[in-house]
Amino acid sequence: MTAQADDELWSAIADPSRRRVLDLVVSNGEVSASWLAGRVPFTRQAVSKHLVVLEQAGLIRRRKQGREVLYRLEADRLDQATAAMADLAAQWDRRLATIKRLAEAAHEEDKRRQT
Amino acid sequence: MAGLVIEREVVIEAPVEVVWRTVTEPGQMSQWFADRVELVIEPGAHGHMQFGDQGGEVVVETVDPPSRFSFRWNHPRGEEPVAGNSMLVEFTLTPEGDERTRLRVAESGHELRDWPDAEKQRYADEHSEGWAEYLERLVAVLAKGQSG
Repeated sequence: MTAQADDELWSAIADPSRRRVLDLVVSNGEVSASWLAGRVPFTRQAVSKHLVVLEQAGLIRRRKQGREVLYRLEADRLDQATAAMADLAAQWDRRLATIKRLAEAAHEEDKRRQT
Repeated sequence: MAGLVIEREVVIEAPVEVVWRTVTEPGQMSQWFADRVELVIEPGAHGHMQFGDQGGEVVVETVDPPSRFSFRWNHPRGEEPVAGNSMLVEFTLTPEGDERTRLRVAESGHELRDWPDAEKQRYADEHSEGWAEYLERLVAVLAKGQSG
């Protein structure tokens, strides 16, 4: 995944109202915007905006059924997101390990100078 | 904290002042973080970090030696980084004796924008999990739905 795709993904799931929308999509399979709007404390317009962001991040996919548009989760993308999150954790672990090595070496150096 | 992305920690066999220098001095930062770091360590200072051929602006937020250091990054080009459009990286240093330090890093951001305050608070209370936990839970819900 590119850095930009990651950014889209993180901002998509970081917003609590979008998490709520995504929660509802995940637990109910395939849903419409108006069904969602009846279950969240924000406007239908806000729901539509959140759906656009989630779709752009690749987390949900839309399908037309008659006059209705239905949304469902893109499971592969969720797996990618989980993997990307693990990568991010590993990246910080590496940085912290480097800090540890540098600081401990500097401390040894300080001690040598004092004696 | 609702927007928490990641939280990691490490125990270092060195005094807190030594760890502080390693974390905050630009010369040291260029060894553990970016390839090149141009940054003045004072609150509000704007700096630049270079990662390979990619560069990024950073803005220092908190400098409280030797225990707290934070900066914001990954904000849209041309915008001032604030809560809501950027990632906040926070280091917390806790001495554990004279020659041991616990170093914690938390990266968070992109949270709670465009929401009325009361709604933000209520939702933050309900959703105190980090992003990793959130994703894991979604995956679990999904697996359950598929098997049942």
